[in-house]
Amino acid sequence: MSMTSPLGTVATGLQAHYATVFVFILVGFVFAGIALGVAKLLRPSNPSPAKQSTYECGEVPIGSSWVRFNVRFYLVALFFIVFDVEVIFLYPWAVVFKQLFPVPGMGAIVFWEMIIFLAILALGLAYVWVKGDLDWVKKLAQRTAMTPAPAAAAEEEVPAS
Amino acid sequence: MDILTALLQGLPGFGGMSDQGLFITGAAVMATLMFTVMALCAIVFTWMERKVAGFIQSRYGPMRTGRWHGWAQAVADMLKILGKEDIIPAEADKGLFVFAPLVVLLGSLLAWVAVPWAPGFVAADLDLGLFFIFAASSMVVIGILMAGWASNNKWALYGAARGAAQMVSYEIPLALATIPVIMHVGSLNTQDIVIAQQGGIWHWFILRDPFLFVAFWMYFIASIAETNRGPFDMPETESELVAGYHTEYTGMRFAFFFLAEYANLFLVSLIAVFVFLGGWWSPIPGLDFAPALTFVIKGILMVFLNMWVRWTLPRVRVDQLMYLCWKVMIPVTLLCIVGSGILMITSGAVG
Repeated sequence: MSMTSPLGTVATGLQAHYATVFVFILVGFVFAGIALGVAKLLRPSNPSPAKQSTYECGEVPIGSSWVRFNVRFYLVALFFIVFDVEVIFLYPWAVVFKQLFPVPGMGAIVFWEMIIFLAILALGLAYVWVKGDLDWVKKLAQRTAMTPAPAAAAEEEVPAS
Repeated sequence: MDILTALLQGLPGFGGMSDQGLFITGAAVMATLMFTVMALCAIVFTWMERKVAGFIQSRYGPMRTGRWHGWAQAVADMLKILGKEDIIPAEADKGLFVFAPLVVLLGSLLAWVAVPWAPGFVAADLDLGLFFIFAASSMVVIGILMAGWASNNKWALYGAARGAAQMVSYEIPLALATIPVIMHVGSLNTQDIVIAQQGGIWHWFILRDPFLFVAFWMYFIASIAETNRGPFDMPETESELVAGYHTEYTGMRFAFFFLAEYANLFLVSLIAVFVFLGGWWSPIPGLDFAPALTFVIKGILMVFLNMWVRWTLPRVRVDQLMYLCWKVMIPVTLLCIVGSGILMITSGAVG
């Protein structure tokens, strides 16, 4: 990359580029502040208990919403972490692939290394798949086998099957 | 950025400025410009969405405000939102509730840092460009979870949990689909990605090889899910969750979510354009008169495609959504990476 940054003498290109990111964050806050400030000047403000109650379609809310949540969401989060790390490893490989492949003695390593890496991950995906953890709605037999006691956790919807 | 600082130097009053001052002014001008683009997105695309929806459903959409096809409708809505009372529910976690819209807004503003509008015209020419865009836009998920949790509202919490599950799941095929392109370019810099597609429509990555063609559509589907739009709009299903994670938000704070949503819509379309559809290059080689205009027009066409899909297909179920992501799109994108790699080797593109 050409480092023809105007900050040249002050910082190297890399720092200069990320300084722009920092300026963006500041400007974002400034604009949000201006928008909220202008709105504050224009809008009415007369809160009442009814207005400030939690909106649940006109019903009086029963209990807090901060309840135990279905474990499926946490499972998805777990898979995500595994696969997102995979993506992070794939990016550097993808960047150097073209550069390193023609180097004598490196081509086979570069290619097969990633094939093996992907194969291990595909195996992981296959394992999760076979275990049925990718199924959002588990089969009834599977569910009863896995949860001996009736589930107390909040369910988003009762599965049909 | 370099063009901008050069321009600033030419202006009276800026000539004697120090390098740091010039740099910071340039960055601030660029950030303001990007913020304006975001705000324009929200205004232009809400109007466009209503018109497209109207056209697809054989009705007019807005027709009155501003006389000509209701062009001022979105502007009027924005002004109306400014005057709306800011209600914070008594039960809510106030700190998080107030902060969440800012996180969403900042997440989508930051991603604009690395968008390559024209040759040399990018806010920050990051070497990690594309990676940075994905990293910054995943901040939106945190904001949505914060909003849903802080509202202390059952609808909001369900919407947020669904939104988080959906957005993190689809982030994987989204990022995986761009990897074959990175292999072809050998760089994550957004300028380099566009420059590698010079020379007419046949050099755009979507048409380079069959695996890239598939990867583009995988990216497109994942990008619809990332922006929480139909047919993947489970986080905000109006018929079951009122409005999802922003049920309790009013006035300007609601507008921030709205702004971020349409800004993200344009952003994912622009990513599709510069990664797969030739960025600022025109389809016919040698006809590159207005690179930035070409880029924006292609982006708007992609937005139109997004709207077309939204108003044509019915909403999928949550389990179908997860099925599509984990059992179809991730294996297919992994195959695309391997297939594209093998094709690159056999065709001698890397030798």
